Amino acid sequence: MKQFLIFVKIEWFHIWRDRRTLFILICMPIVQIILYGFALTNEVKNSNVAIFDQSRDVSTMQISNEIAASRYFNLVKNVYSYNDIAATFRKGKIRMAIVFPQNFRYDLLHSNHAQIQLIADASDPNTANTLTSYASVIINDYQQSLNQNDDLPYTINTQVRMLYNPELKGAYGFVPGVMALVLMLVCTMMTSISIVKEKEMGTMEVLLVSPLKPFSIVIAKTVPYLFVSLLNIICILLLSVYVLDVPIVGSILLLMLESTLFTVTSLSVGILISNFAETQQTAMFAAMMGLFLPTLLFSGFLFPLENMPVPLQVIANIVPSKWYYIIVKNIMIKGLGFESVWRETIILAGMTSALLGVSIYKFKIRLA
Amino acid sequence: MENEKVIVVKDLTKRFGGFTAVDKITFDVEKGEIFGFLGANGAGKTTAMRMLCGLLLPTSGLASVAGFDVYKQNEQIKKNIGYMSQKFSLYEDLTISENIRFYAGIYGLSDGRIKEKISLLIKQLHLEGQEKTLVKALPLGWKQKLAFSIAIVHDPAIVFLDEPTGGVDPVTRREFWELIYEASEKGITVFVTTHYMDEAEYCKRVSIMVDGRIDALGSPADLMKDHGANSMDEVFLQLARKAVRVE
Repeated sequence: MKQFLIFVKIEWFHIWRDRRTLFILICMPIVQIILYGFALTNEVKNSNVAIFDQSRDVSTMQISNEIAASRYFNLVKNVYSYNDIAATFRKGKIRMAIVFPQNFRYDLLHSNHAQIQLIADASDPNTANTLTSYASVIINDYQQSLNQNDDLPYTINTQVRMLYNPELKGAYGFVPGVMALVLMLVCTMMTSISIVKEKEMGTMEVLLVSPLKPFSIVIAKTVPYLFVSLLNIICILLLSVYVLDVPIVGSILLLMLESTLFTVTSLSVGILISNFAETQQTAMFAAMMGLFLPTLLFSGFLFPLENMPVPLQVIANIVPSKWYYIIVKNIMIKGLGFESVWRETIILAGMTSALLGVSIYKFKIRLA
Repeated sequence: MENEKVIVVKDLTKRFGGFTAVDKITFDVEKGEIFGFLGANGAGKTTAMRMLCGLLLPTSGLASVAGFDVYKQNEQIKKNIGYMSQKFSLYEDLTISENIRFYAGIYGLSDGRIKEKISLLIKQLHLEGQEKTLVKALPLGWKQKLAFSIAIVHDPAIVFLDEPTGGVDPVTRREFWELIYEASEKGITVFVTTHYMDEAEYCKRVSIMVDGRIDALGSPADLMKDHGANSMDEVFLQLARKAVRVE
């Protein structure tokens, strides 16, 4: 144990003395938080919606049919209460719900005036915005088709409610994304580089000849990075709460635990990379190509996964950051508890143990 | 106790697939001896050394190091040997005393003992006042001497040196060998691979590997006599030319 602690301390010195890298490690999250603040536009196709029709008359049927026929929407469910809507949102099955009040057609024909409520999941603000405006266009079209036959204009008010993120802040989507990115970068890239550096320097050989167990060499080298990443997470969360006004709605403890799990995932990928990479450059490129880009592309934080071709959506499933992104979004933005993210957590934990198992097994083989 | 054997190797073989890197080598090394392990590049020196250090499992044959079996007791072997690789093996971004403390620490020396060792080594290497200098600021020769001193900081029974003096000027090489002699006088067995034939003459006995086999073994004087040569250089060339294996 004492040997182990000495090792961890030395690894700290390595990080601390390399000021340039240290600067990058600490400042990168801040810069990225600010960089990704610029919202990105996107088109959303085939989004799942639910309809809560309390009136069930000719007009609501016509509008519902229009919505269902549109290529932007995919009617998955008819719901029968507000509670039902909330539950369906929590399960993540729908992006938007459309609510018709009672006596919709009667109101429209007699008072020339009726209301429709659109409720959208705004934890992804771009999508929510796009969806509600698409729906409004369809409703407007219907309103105009009615007005062609009559002199008195009918008006249908659409009342939009943004769930989870009423102000439609872009920050709500990119804070979890940047967390996933930064953890991947710090843990995977830095650990693989630091292990490969020992190989390049020749110090790894000496360590392997020493009585230290290979396993504890690996763990000792990764522990400091675990702490740096947790520090980064705290940094990002503080920034998001106090600078970007994105609150942490759910349990901070749960959020930190899930982040630690993801950190371990990234560390094991780093160890895996260091097993086959012989130079620091190789390690860096492997981390960039293998993780950084997929995180950017497939976690769903910059580009909506729904719009991607099916093969790419399948690929996205094997990118660990996708699952972490969903978890953080659910806990931090939507304030949901463990019961809403247990599936993602199990997937992530499974990936982690597989990666860790393979990388430690590989590490031993190299010595045999 | 004069002839106590610390390394005993019999018919040691390592095959990688169909390739026999080390082919039935047999030799032994006595306590306190400086044993030169020579051979051209690719002759199998490093593979043989790795087996003795417990980094690589032999395919067949017997070997014991410091009384421990390389097949089953490699953990004990690791505690009793020191190792210095050809890529010299200190951390450049750590100071001299931090490097000493680190390596002494991973061999489990107590804090008191580590402090003693630091002041002893600093004095031995005439580095007084430079304890807090980063290793990268030292000239190569000093780094190598420091690396050797650190390789034996835990007073191992045997120290393995893998081409320790590559790229070092003759004066520093001589100083380096003085350190090796000092260690040998303290009873530490030195197992050294080298390309420099003048260094081979500093060894008590040398073995010369060709194509994975040991083709010659004995004191430098005996080898020169046997091969009718005037220097170790000639002996080496005569043997190495027989090699069929190309790197």
